[in-house]
Amino acid sequence: MARKKSDRRRQLERAAMYPLDWLEERSGLVGGVRYFLFRKVPGDTNWFHTLGSATLTAFLVQLVTGVILAMYYKPDPKSAHASIDHITHEVTLGWLVRGMHKWGASVFIILMFMHMGRVFLFGAYKYPRELNWIIGVLLLATGLFEGLTGYLLPFDQTAYWATVVAININGTAPFVGPFLASLLRGGAEIGPDTLARFYSLHMLLIPGALLGLITLHLYLVIRLGVTSPPWSSEAAGSGRPPEPPPAQAGLVRPRPRAAVKGRPTE
Amino acid sequence: MEDPRGDEQRHQPPPSLWPVGFAVGIVCLLVGLIVSWPAAAVGAAIAVVFGFLWARDVVAAGRGPALPGPGEPEAAPTAPAIPAHKGEAAMPEPEPAERFPRSVFLEMSTLGLGGIIGGIVTVPAIGFAVLPAFLKQHSPEIDLGPITDFPEGQYVVATFLRNPSEGEISRRTAYIRNNGMRSGTPSFTCISNRCAHLGCPVQPGGPVFDSKKQTVKTKNGEVDLIPALPAAGFICPCHGGAYDQEGNRTAGPPVRALDRYQFLIRDGHLVLLGTYSVSSVSGSGAQAKIHRYQLTGPGQHIDAPESWLYPVQPPH
Repeated sequence: MARKKSDRRRQLERAAMYPLDWLEERSGLVGGVRYFLFRKVPGDTNWFHTLGSATLTAFLVQLVTGVILAMYYKPDPKSAHASIDHITHEVTLGWLVRGMHKWGASVFIILMFMHMGRVFLFGAYKYPRELNWIIGVLLLATGLFEGLTGYLLPFDQTAYWATVVAININGTAPFVGPFLASLLRGGAEIGPDTLARFYSLHMLLIPGALLGLITLHLYLVIRLGVTSPPWSSEAAGSGRPPEPPPAQAGLVRPRPRAAVKGRPTE
Repeated sequence: MEDPRGDEQRHQPPPSLWPVGFAVGIVCLLVGLIVSWPAAAVGAAIAVVFGFLWARDVVAAGRGPALPGPGEPEAAPTAPAIPAHKGEAAMPEPEPAERFPRSVFLEMSTLGLGGIIGGIVTVPAIGFAVLPAFLKQHSPEIDLGPITDFPEGQYVVATFLRNPSEGEISRRTAYIRNNGMRSGTPSFTCISNRCAHLGCPVQPGGPVFDSKKQTVKTKNGEVDLIPALPAAGFICPCHGGAYDQEGNRTAGPPVRALDRYQFLIRDGHLVLLGTYSVSSVSGSGAQAKIHRYQLTGPGQHIDAPESWLYPVQPPH
């Protein structure tokens, strides 16, 4: 009797897991996600280590709210400000989504700096993670550019003149500056194309670049592992896979533990 | 030993017509949704029946031992295998000179063709994004109306659309002063309000007589003329740059004097042309001596050694 019941349960479990097994067999995605979520981190990580994922979360919030705002925003000098007004005061919950996007932008930038500070103070930029520091700096610059282009979009006096000043600051860069300024304006003078150009940069080009850089950044975080804090009593790398792991351990395929133990130490 | 039940065999579904029937049912259902409800019902029934049959087949195949068990292995060669390093090569060793260049050629031609195709697609797109910012730039003529609207010796704040077809975004402001006649021709001082620091709008340092505002209809639409008395020159609200009445920098971060408009007088109308940059002005009014340079962006030096940092300007 008991045996029959356990058979039944096994069958049910198999049926429930069937879609996941199906997916795993064809893509390896389940194993990959499991490896990503349950990978080893040092035992003495602390709350400061969450600043990176907090930044990622802020970025995702910007992504989602930005997509929604784009459904109502009109990137045209004659109607841009009116559409912002419409979003803020008339569209249901528009004030909330716009507020999330507006304040979330500052949160994103602040978190980027705090994450950068954590990595600097913990010495987490050192070998073999220098490349990830460099990608992080590119992310910071790209993120700031995202802020600059987004600032024009409400198209009020503050937005307009701040952008004039920002473009002209770019213009004072030696040699290439004047061309950079013309490129940003889309001409010698601010005109009807400038706003659309900033909008396109803000919602298509720069987010795409950010997504690509974030993917690289995360790949290196997973490949190289998380650093312990500088006061850690553990020697770096002890009790967990040596860093960097050998090339055959890919992004999504965990190595069998035996291979880790059997690996000769340098 | 390798598992004889390879990945390829394990879940190979048996050949089946049920998916085809299921697809027909779905098509019939969707067409029926538009055409008629009975057709949709028939389609739904077909889809359900065939879907059930298909699912039953799949489940049965997954459950049943439709695999060759370990008892019936593939016929193995009876002779022991010859170790790879002892036997002859399975294929004659290819002549490096024969085979290598072709694979290199194929590799290079793939890369080259791919590069050419990518270039054909990318270069015009980048040109489309970049070139319009530099080509076909020109300064339109701006008609400010009859010169009699500009009283001699007094500054007038003129606001106008630089390019009426672009709308309000092209609204600009100039400070215009009629200097009277200079050896028989009218003389005007036409100062651009674009600060030479970072491009904010400089304001007159003194009263602006809004009550005396005058709106003139010209070819550029409506032009607003407001008399002003910039006794303290011009002051920028952004970062505190200050200029005297001729536009010379007197204080703050600007690197040079205010830009000026070229102008001409046609049929008694004052017409502004493009702007040019000014390092400094000596003298004043009709007797002013203007040290004039090609138009340069705000914040860029035009006469000191720092100007060497900006050797080439994009077309204005």
